Amino acid sequence: MESSEVAIELYVVLSAILFIMGALGVLLRRNAILIFMSVELMLNAANLALAAFARQWGNGDGQVLVFFVMTVAAAEVAVGLALIVAIFRTKHSIDIDELHKFSG
Amino acid sequence: MGDISLVSLVFILPLLGVLALIFEPLFERQTNEQAIRWLTLGVSLGTFGLSLLMLNNFDTGVAGLQMEHKIDWIEADGFTIRYYVGVDGISVWMVMLTTFIMPLAILASFGPIQERVRLYYIFLLLMEWAMIGVFIAQDLFLFYVFWEVTLVPMYFLIGIWGAEERIYAAIKFFLYTMAGSLLMLLAVLWLGNEAGTFTLPEIIEQIQTGELSLGTTTERWLFLAFAIAFAIKVPMWPLHSWLPDAHVQAPTAGSVILAGILLKMGTYGFVRFNLPLFPEASKTFAPYIAGLAVIGIIYGAWVSYGQKDVKKLVAYSSISHLGFVMLGIFALNSTGIQGGILQGVNHGISTGGLFLMVGMLYDRRHTKLMAAFGGIWKAMPLFSGISLVIVLSSMGLPGLNGFVGEFTILLGSAGSEILSWWFTAFAALGIIMAAIYMLYMFNTVFMGELDKEENRNLPDLNWQELWSLIPIVVMVFVIGLQASIFFDLMDESAEALAAPYVANPNAEALVELNTGDVELAVALWAISGAVIGVVVTPIIYSGRGRNPWSGGLVGAAAGAAGNLLLLVPLWVYTPALEVDEHALPATSEAPGD
Amino acid sequence: MENFFDLVPLVVFIPLAGMLLNLFAGQNLGERGVAIIAVGASASAFLIALLLWIAQIDTGYGAAVIDAPLLGSWIEIPSAGVDIGWQFRVDTLSVTMMLVVTGVGTLIHLYAVGYMHGDERFPRFFVYMNLFLVFMLVLVTGNNFLMMFVGWEGVGLCSFLLIGFWFDKAHGEGWKNSDAARKAFIVNRIGDFGLILGVLLTFWTFGTLDYYVPGEEPLAHHAETEEADVPLFGTGVEEAEEEAHATGPMGVFNQAEIWLEEGDHEVEFGMVSLSFKTTITIITLLFLLGATGKSAQIPLFVWLPDAMAGPTPVSALIHAATMVTAGVYMMVRSNVLYHASDTASAVVALVGAGTAIVAGYIAVGQWDIKRVLAYSTVSQLGFMVTAVGVGAYTAAMFHLVTHAFFKALLFLASGSVIHGMEHGHHHLAHAHDGHGHDHDADAHDDDFDPQDMRFMGGLREKMPITYWTYLFGTLALAGIIPFAGFWSKDEILLDSLKAGLDDGHMEGYVGFGVLLVAAAFTAFYMWRQVSLVFYGKARHEAADHAVESGRVMTVPLMTLAAFSLGIGFINIPSGFPILSALFGEHRFANWLEESVTYAHGGTANLLLAALAVLVATIAIYFARSVYSDEAMVDLSQDPLEDDLHIRRVFGWANAKLYWDEFYFSFIVYPYQRAAKWLADVLDWQFWHDFVHERIIYRSYRGATDVLTEPVDKGVIDGSFNKLGDLTRQAASRVRLIQTGYVRTYALSVLFGSLLVIFLILFPVIRELLGI
Repeated sequence: MESSEVAIELYVVLSAILFIMGALGVLLRRNAILIFMSVELMLNAANLALAAFARQWGNGDGQVLVFFVMTVAAAEVAVGLALIVAIFRTKHSIDIDELHKFSG
Repeated sequence: MGDISLVSLVFILPLLGVLALIFEPLFERQTNEQAIRWLTLGVSLGTFGLSLLMLNNFDTGVAGLQMEHKIDWIEADGFTIRYYVGVDGISVWMVMLTTFIMPLAILASFGPIQERVRLYYIFLLLMEWAMIGVFIAQDLFLFYVFWEVTLVPMYFLIGIWGAEERIYAAIKFFLYTMAGSLLMLLAVLWLGNEAGTFTLPEIIEQIQTGELSLGTTTERWLFLAFAIAFAIKVPMWPLHSWLPDAHVQAPTAGSVILAGILLKMGTYGFVRFNLPLFPEASKTFAPYIAGLAVIGIIYGAWVSYGQKDVKKLVAYSSISHLGFVMLGIFALNSTGIQGGILQGVNHGISTGGLFLMVGMLYDRRHTKLMAAFGGIWKAMPLFSGISLVIVLSSMGLPGLNGFVGEFTILLGSAGSEILSWWFTAFAALGIIMAAIYMLYMFNTVFMGELDKEENRNLPDLNWQELWSLIPIVVMVFVIGLQASIFFDLMDESAEALAAPYVANPNAEALVELNTGDVELAVALWAISGAVIGVVVTPIIYSGRGRNPWSGGLVGAAAGAAGNLLLLVPLWVYTPALEVDEHALPATSEAPGD
Repeated sequence: MENFFDLVPLVVFIPLAGMLLNLFAGQNLGERGVAIIAVGASASAFLIALLLWIAQIDTGYGAAVIDAPLLGSWIEIPSAGVDIGWQFRVDTLSVTMMLVVTGVGTLIHLYAVGYMHGDERFPRFFVYMNLFLVFMLVLVTGNNFLMMFVGWEGVGLCSFLLIGFWFDKAHGEGWKNSDAARKAFIVNRIGDFGLILGVLLTFWTFGTLDYYVPGEEPLAHHAETEEADVPLFGTGVEEAEEEAHATGPMGVFNQAEIWLEEGDHEVEFGMVSLSFKTTITIITLLFLLGATGKSAQIPLFVWLPDAMAGPTPVSALIHAATMVTAGVYMMVRSNVLYHASDTASAVVALVGAGTAIVAGYIAVGQWDIKRVLAYSTVSQLGFMVTAVGVGAYTAAMFHLVTHAFFKALLFLASGSVIHGMEHGHHHLAHAHDGHGHDHDADAHDDDFDPQDMRFMGGLREKMPITYWTYLFGTLALAGIIPFAGFWSKDEILLDSLKAGLDDGHMEGYVGFGVLLVAAAFTAFYMWRQVSLVFYGKARHEAADHAVESGRVMTVPLMTLAAFSLGIGFINIPSGFPILSALFGEHRFANWLEESVTYAHGGTANLLLAALAVLVATIAIYFARSVYSDEAMVDLSQDPLEDDLHIRRVFGWANAKLYWDEFYFSFIVYPYQRAAKWLADVLDWQFWHDFVHERIIYRSYRGATDVLTEPVDKGVIDGSFNKLGDLTRQAASRVRLIQTGYVRTYALSVLFGSLLVIFLILFPVIRELLGI
């Protein structure tokens, strides 16, 4: 293994840190936007891991998957933000704890 | 698969009638009740005509089945259930009785039944279909099916068109009979399993050849299972409790069918199944069954005398009469069996007549209590005259049908190798007791003073009523004077049935039989019916200050036409109506010296 | 002439045709037409009977068996050897009966035309009368026991219909008539029970019911019968036996003769095994039961007096002349069997003698004119039955014939008296309306009874023809020489005595003694009746206004009176001075012997004849002295009752010995009560309601209740409900997990993911840890 290359362990560690940050964000934050961003963070953590391993094994599959994830994430952002806007319009709040009942 | 036989035709026709009645509304905008009545009557008369044809085709020299028709129905592992029908000398009379009584019952319903007419006649024809099925089925399973099917229309006939306590009576009738027949179902299944077939003649053959041996205990149990089912239907004392309820609550036609035909299914069952299938057990149980029969004769007659209600009196008299039938059958000789079968027919005719009679009284006065009548003879002479004949036939006046049956039964039981003399002596007491209750009824209803105001202006018979009674009266005389015709057809079969029980059959007595008698009888029946229709009815009517050609004419024409129609198939079937010289009176020479 | 025998079916069929004509068209024919048809039918039958009689004489008394036209065999069961046909038998016995039945019958028919005039059911009456003739002729002409039974019960039916003919009379009378009719039929049925059992036994003993098969002659036919005591079996029997074996089947009687000759024959059928002698005794005793019913003997005679409820011609024809003698005919027909059984014969003789004396005694105490005659009939039938019992078959038949004439005469004459009384009564009631006959006319006067002799008296002048004919009948009945009754009664007495003296039969002596007393009673009560009715002064205005009946009624009376005088001459005992030379010796016996095997003629015994006449004359004298004109002025009680000793005796006779009461309290009421109890209590309350409704239905119902409530609702339903509850409770707890806070869900997702990861990695971890 060549020394010029960054060791795979670092990517994995970074990816794990990002993921944990995202996860904690989802669990601890009450603002919907922030939760949303944390979710993005988790997704990107996964992307990072995928890209790193793809490079490690010289296999394109992982990178292709990253693109898929990015497109799905973009779509998800579009829908998610629309939902948040809609919720805000009805509730005048985007505090997630105030949405614990499915009632209009 | 066999070619379709006359028996099958007789069997199918009522069912076609049912179909026609079901689809009748398709052809008319609204239900035409009159058309329904006539259609039903036509179907039943047609069935009677076909059955006469069957009678004409019957070969008296054969003991076994005739005009068979066999189709496999349910084929299963190891055995086959078949649609297998046919008649022998015994069932042929049962079929004839059914087809004879049904038109009368239908005709007698023209007036009284005014509600749910279509349904009513559908049930009547279904009833006829199922009863014919019972009498012609030669497959145990098929028999059982029809046996049960008869319950359904009768249940509704009693339950819908009956008197006040109809529901109770209908349910009691249904359950009582059902309870017995379930035992029979068990026995049928057991037997079918043992024999590997449900076909009756095959099983009988297996038993006779010793191929199938049931063992004493099993045979007795199976005998009892069959016997209880049949005994309830007969009904034998003491299983008769359903009968007064059902008879009294049923509509007139229902009572007629019940007494006339349904009860005969029980006695027929004994003859058809118990005697040939379980010879040893029959022999063992014969004295007990005959004992119950004798008790039934005396008990029924005695209880009849204690009744206040005419219909109940007639109902209990059935127990007495059926006791005679059972006594004859379990005398286990040819004479007794033939007497039993003939008495079954006789009872169907005369008790059917009695129930018609009671129905006519009820239609007029809406009561069945004898005390409400008295001196009816003066108000309704025609009705009373006919009733007298039927009453006399029922109490066994010699020269009328009841006597021939009772005498032959007593003759059989006196000569029985299984029953002691006492059975005959006590059974003969029933003859005295029959006179007591029958004359009590006749006296209180028809004789005595016409001292009740509401009885003074009762209308005499109308033409439907007259024509439902006349065939009965004719048959009362025909059987009473010429019983040989009837014995002729059943002799071979009855002898075969009795063969296992008789130590030394009277071999020398086997005489050549001739079929000419039957043809002659049918022809005579048809012609006499027509003559009565054309001549007698107008005379009767003209004597009562009415226009002979108004009320009487319809009846006369219908009767005459119907009877003459019967001649047509007779002629078609037999190219030349040959009169056998045996049938003609032979003048014996006076001894000259 | 043999072809004449083929006419015998007409004897039955002509009255049948007459009956059918009147039945269907009678309403339209009017009285005259109906009468012509009915009387014509009867008279034609009589003519044919006469032809048969002539043919009998002409063919040397040969018997013939003729098959009925149109009808085939009646009951034929080849496999059992049963073959009972519709066959008529012409022999001297049946021709005798035919002549009596149709001869007396025709006269009575004629009389009835007048008697029934104006009755609203005139045609119906003659329908019944002709029907009666049909059945009676079937009875006497049938060639087998079963055909006789047809006639036997058939005449019973006609008797029933005719006794109850006025079933609609007002004031309870109608019900009384109907009940009398019913009583007659049922009492007869009790006798028929015996007869039918006898017939069954006969069949299984002999294998046939024919008297003689066609072409067969009585075996002892040509045997000499001068001495009745000599056994009849001789060479003739053996020859005939061989002949019979050669020709095949035999009738009952010849078979019996042969088996009796053989001795120790055993009868075996079914489960029965008896010696032939015993069988015959049983058969004959059963037949006797039948005869006691039809011929009104002890113990079954009670129906006959009540049968007088019918119109008088009926009483004359059916209840005096013909039907009631059927029992005697039947026993004479079976003489071979009765002759063979001494036991049965003794019983028959005792029954007959007992009846003769009991009925004769009761007759003394009656007030109803017809009832006296009814008991007299019973008594005279007792004479005939006794005669059969002592083996005097000729005498029995002879008395039957003479009795038919004079008793019919007496009844018809009494009918004429009743008619006259009613006429007189009617005349009183409707003095202005003139006359007419309405049987309900006595409605306004309940005390008056046209049949009660206490209201009569002095009718001798009012109704001379009736009086004289009545006198003829009375003398004949009392047995005064030379009237018919003397000859026949004397022969019975003589034969009874001979049975005792010659054969040592105890019942012969008993019969003789009892019958002699009974004959005295006969003469006494008849003269009592004549005195009460015709002598003295009228005791009621109706009697004062009575008039003689019309010609249609008196002509038959006079004819019968002539016969009552003359018919006895057909059988003058041999050796009777002058008369036997004039009329021949026991011609009737000779004639009868041709068909009745054990018939025999009598020898005159002048001493006995004188004794019989003396007894009768003394009785008549005694009666006239008791019922003198003076004694009959006040009849609030019978002159006999004046004497305290006799009062009791008269009372018993008047109460008919309480015979009916005895039957009612010991048989009829118990039977009725038992019937009610069986019907209401045993069958309905116990069997229908208690056992079926309560025990079976309720216990089923009870079991249903148990199953519904504790079992079904408690256990089965309960357990399922419990399960449901548990589920719900669990669910309500589990529900709390669902908070609605996204983060909770997210956390659970996280934990879930971790768990999954852990599971995936578990093998690796295990490897790493080396577990």
